[in-house]
Amino acid sequence: MARVKFLCDADRCIECNACVTACKNEHDVPWGINRRRVVTINDGLPGERSVSMACMHCTDAPCAAVCPVNCFYTTADAVVLHSKDLCIGCGYCFYACPFGAPQYPRVGNFGSRGKMDKCTYCAGGPEADLTQAEYVKYGANRLAEGKLPICAEMCSTKALLAGDGAIIAEIYKERVTRRGYGSGAWGWKTAYKDGVAL
Amino acid sequence: MKTAFNFLRAGALALFVGFAAGAVCASAPAAAQQAPNPTAQSVKEEQLLNALKPGSTVSGRITIPDQNASTLIQPQGQTWRAFHQSTLPLIGALAVLGMLGLLVVFYLVRGRVKIDGGFSGRTVTRFGGFDRFVHWVTASTFIVLALSGLNLTYGKSVVAPLFGDAAFANLAAWGKIAHNYLAFPFMAGVALMFLIWVKDNVPNRLDVEWLKAGGGLFVKGAHPPAKRFNAGQKGIFWIVILGGLVMSVSGWHLLFPFSDGPFVSEQQFWVNVHGVLAMVFIAAMLAHAYIGSVGMEGAFDAMGTGEVDENWANEHHSLWLEEQKKLEGKVPPRAVPAE
Repeated sequence: MARVKFLCDADRCIECNACVTACKNEHDVPWGINRRRVVTINDGLPGERSVSMACMHCTDAPCAAVCPVNCFYTTADAVVLHSKDLCIGCGYCFYACPFGAPQYPRVGNFGSRGKMDKCTYCAGGPEADLTQAEYVKYGANRLAEGKLPICAEMCSTKALLAGDGAIIAEIYKERVTRRGYGSGAWGWKTAYKDGVAL
Repeated sequence: MKTAFNFLRAGALALFVGFAAGAVCASAPAAAQQAPNPTAQSVKEEQLLNALKPGSTVSGRITIPDQNASTLIQPQGQTWRAFHQSTLPLIGALAVLGMLGLLVVFYLVRGRVKIDGGFSGRTVTRFGGFDRFVHWVTASTFIVLALSGLNLTYGKSVVAPLFGDAAFANLAAWGKIAHNYLAFPFMAGVALMFLIWVKDNVPNRLDVEWLKAGGGLFVKGAHPPAKRFNAGQKGIFWIVILGGLVMSVSGWHLLFPFSDGPFVSEQQFWVNVHGVLAMVFIAAMLAHAYIGSVGMEGAFDAMGTGEVDENWANEHHSLWLEEQKKLEGKVPPRAVPAE
């Protein structure tokens, strides 16, 4: 089994937001929830870069540590998933997550945030693979179909890479060596404790 | 003719020089564009993270209508995790278990604080129906709030192993709903308590005397004088009022998240304030509940039936008892010698 990761090559990202749209479409994500987003750093300034960000599926995930009901689990591919049956919508994972990945539908008054929703690395949830119950709660399970996450698959500039962490790090390193520059593997140090040495 | 030719030649030369100069001028920016160097300019994650001040985030511009999403990386989430997973449970364990330990030691050493004069059989009204209603609304909601709150911090390691994750998550979900809704009667109870009891809870010189005597708690037979509330009860009153106020303000921020704007740091701050204060609050209320029931003979009646024994009142609230008797006219205001 591989240790899968996301890597956004910000020097290639053109902020087209197609990954955001594709993700929403693939998983029928409700209004107001964005499992993936594109943030532009230093917007309008020389050297601005856009970064596509979603759940980074951290090693030793902070969300799982602070969850009061143990609703998170890590798959054999190192994808961090959660059970919406267990989630109580307390919001702690949002406070702990360095990447702002957890999202909550507004379902009522006060703090009743509803069940947390986040990027599943297109790997569904604890329900049986490729069932309707799984799709309704977590969206498509492309990994079970042998496919990679839709956001990276359809990225027009191949800025967003998904797959075995060692392989995508190698691809990124080659790119940086060839073109002579790279703004870094955004989020890697925070999520995996080590970046990509350039 | 020759001069005319020379003039032409000079003109052509001037023209040539002019073109050449123009060409040189034009080629300067073209050369700069040929070798772009994005590395020198591009924003790098490492530089941003290194330059980050504690508590600030790597943020940018976002096109979706959710400003929370414009934060790309917030490293303080890790700090919050550490606090929530290690510091808060430690503070809570020290406060709550420490207080329980102290109470056990106090009980073993001092035993139950008895009414020295025994029950007289005569009672005096200490708390009317409305006082007791306000007390018990606040107390009962506090108990549910405290248990459901403690459950969020310790339930995962203490309760979940007993029932399994699914049953525990169900319990925690009901606990959260109870916590959210019972917060309102609790806040109302604290506000009413303030209104009905504040006039008797202003600290004065009598409290210093009471505290010097240790409230008479540690020496048998010692009973420093007190009015309606002694210094210990005043302390509890202000812990409830001020503690309840901060719990309400911090809890309000958690009930209505991001009411101050899209700042996750605000949420982290308020949930920490709420958690730490809750632990101290629970510890203080344990002491209050102990001395109001098991710890002192005759004390529970004050909030039970509202009628306390006169000997109890005389030992713990001597000045208040005198006032009450004056009001009832049982003791004449001043003994006037008969002519």
